[in-house]
Amino acid sequence: MSELKGIYALWYRETKVFLRERSRVISSIINPLLWLLIIGGGLGSAVSFGGVNYQTFIYPGVLIQTALFSSVFFGVYIVWDKKVDFMKEVLVAPMRRTSIFVGKILGGSTDTLLQILILFAIGFILTFVGVMPGLHLTVSSIAISLAFLLMTTIGLVSIGLILGSQMESPEGFQLIISFLVFPLFFLSGSLFPITNLPNWLAPFIFMNPVTYAVDGIRTILIGEQEKVIVGAIQLSPMLDFMIVTLFSIIMIGIGTYAFKKMKL
Amino acid sequence: MPIIETKKLTKKFEKMIAVDTLNLQINEGEIFGLLGPNGAGKTTTLLMLVTLKPPTSGTATINGFDIIKQPDKVRKSIGIVFQDPSSDEILTGYENLKLHGWLYDMPSDLREERIKEVLDLVELTDRKDDRVKKYSGGMRRRLELARGLMHHPKILFLDEPTLGLDPQSREHIWKYIERLAKEKNMTIIITTHYMEEADKLCDRLAIIDKGKIVVLGAPKQLKKDLGGDIIRLKANALDLDALKKLSYIKDISSCEGEVCLTLEDASSHLQEILNVVGKIESVEIRSPTLDDVFLHYTGRAMREGTPEGSWAEKMMHASEKT
Ligand SMILES: Nc1ncnc2c1ncn2[C@@H]1O[C@H](COP(=O)(O)OP(=O)(O)OP(=O)(O)O)[C@@H](O)[C@H]1O
Ligand SMILES: [Mg+2]
Repeated sequence: MSELKGIYALWYRETKVFLRERSRVISSIINPLLWLLIIGGGLGSAVSFGGVNYQTFIYPGVLIQTALFSSVFFGVYIVWDKKVDFMKEVLVAPMRRTSIFVGKILGGSTDTLLQILILFAIGFILTFVGVMPGLHLTVSSIAISLAFLLMTTIGLVSIGLILGSQMESPEGFQLIISFLVFPLFFLSGSLFPITNLPNWLAPFIFMNPVTYAVDGIRTILIGEQEKVIVGAIQLSPMLDFMIVTLFSIIMIGIGTYAFKKMKL
Repeated sequence: MPIIETKKLTKKFEKMIAVDTLNLQINEGEIFGLLGPNGAGKTTTLLMLVTLKPPTSGTATINGFDIIKQPDKVRKSIGIVFQDPSSDEILTGYENLKLHGWLYDMPSDLREERIKEVLDLVELTDRKDDRVKKYSGGMRRRLELARGLMHHPKILFLDEPTLGLDPQSREHIWKYIERLAKEKNMTIIITTHYMEEADKLCDRLAIIDKGKIVVLGAPKQLKKDLGGDIIRLKANALDLDALKKLSYIKDISSCEGEVCLTLEDASSHLQEILNVVGKIESVEIRSPTLDDVFLHYTGRAMREGTPEGSWAEKMMHASEKT
């Protein structure tokens, strides 16, 4: 009972803070729009993949990008938080570290999913006005995509929390962006199809859990174009989902351990 | 059995020892002070006791639980007000307190009652629905205190609780702390470098310097142990040798660039002392304070370190050699 109340407290705090920080909400709308309209529109005038225009093609990637950036940043933020903010208060409270971890994940996932919901609304509008033909936004396709995004987000928030809990100062933050967040995004097939990749590039992409999330969501929202091919196996969304789930479970495991070892 | 016991508690940072084999015993219901200058190791000691920083070696038990092996159980018995801010700026004062109530699993009616009580205490009732961002420094400090006092833990740690508060707020908080200790038999550990605060509040205190306990005892006793009154002399030159011949002077030391004499019944000896020392600029007689206790045991003043090589110190050294 007390653990649940504590988890609720953490979730409440994250959600309140997110909703009150207008700048974060606004940038979570503007950034994806820039990608869709400018990169999507600009490149889209020259290329198209799998029978849909480029904007439609990268829409799932933009969903994932939002999840990726907001989750990892959310997690890494605790390195500030434990120095100057609320985290110290939480760390001395009579709660298990595991519960703190769970509360943080729920909070981070909520933030991310709220942003994703805004993106789905944008997707609706853009499809409606004809910018993204071929995008199947239905109740069931959105629900399945949300399940994918939630599962991915949990794993990514965990990565952020693991890094943030072990860092003693925020100085490494730029490194995390350059060496983790951007590679995870660029090497995921969000922006280009991953069939016929050069040999040196393929392994990185197949090792990246985000690849499978993009693949799953793209199959659901667009169709069977440009499928991931690993050896001879065509990955079904089900298999994609299992890989993403496995990734998240492993990250939760490491994260729980990292939180137990967390220092101030 | 003491409710807090540290056993050779030590914390090293790269180059320095912040807390050096600290052995302390604190009894239940006691208000215990840790007094020391900046960098003495007070905060580091508290952070280890509340399980936020692992000791380099040694350990401590709190309420019977080991801080290294049973941190979860330790955290169930304690509360702390940090030296640095730890409230959420984007939330309101009230929301910060409500979260605290949740984190400490307080029943909702008790939580609301206490929130009212502590908001009243720190005089933030009419600002409770403002975001903490909009508070002044002192108001934030008061909110932190309100939060720490709210759940009435068995053992409460206060790290410089009244830093930056006006005298009136300070008085209120002292009274509340005293009441908690008395009525709830709460054990309170308070760090401070306000001598007045330590003197007024603490049943016992330890003066620490460079991570070590310099002296420990009840404030009254510590002052009494110095042995009487203090005469403080300021002059360009003093006849120290003549002073040393006066047998009733128990101690001669340099303090903040002046010379301090310790003796019983200072006023009746003053004339004779003035006769022997020669020309002086000013003289002051007073009963000892904790400042003097600190000075006596460390050779330095608590407030600012004595400037290196002040005239008084040089004279003391010179006369020691002869
Ligand atoms: N994270 C750290 N890394 C390196 N040195 C540290 C760290 N934290 C504290 N110290 C050092 O340990 C010593 C003790 O610091 P501490 O904060 O415990 O002092 P304090 O008695 O609380 O002082 P103050 O009155 O200024 O609050 C200081 O010399 C400080 O520089
Ligand atoms: Mg301190």
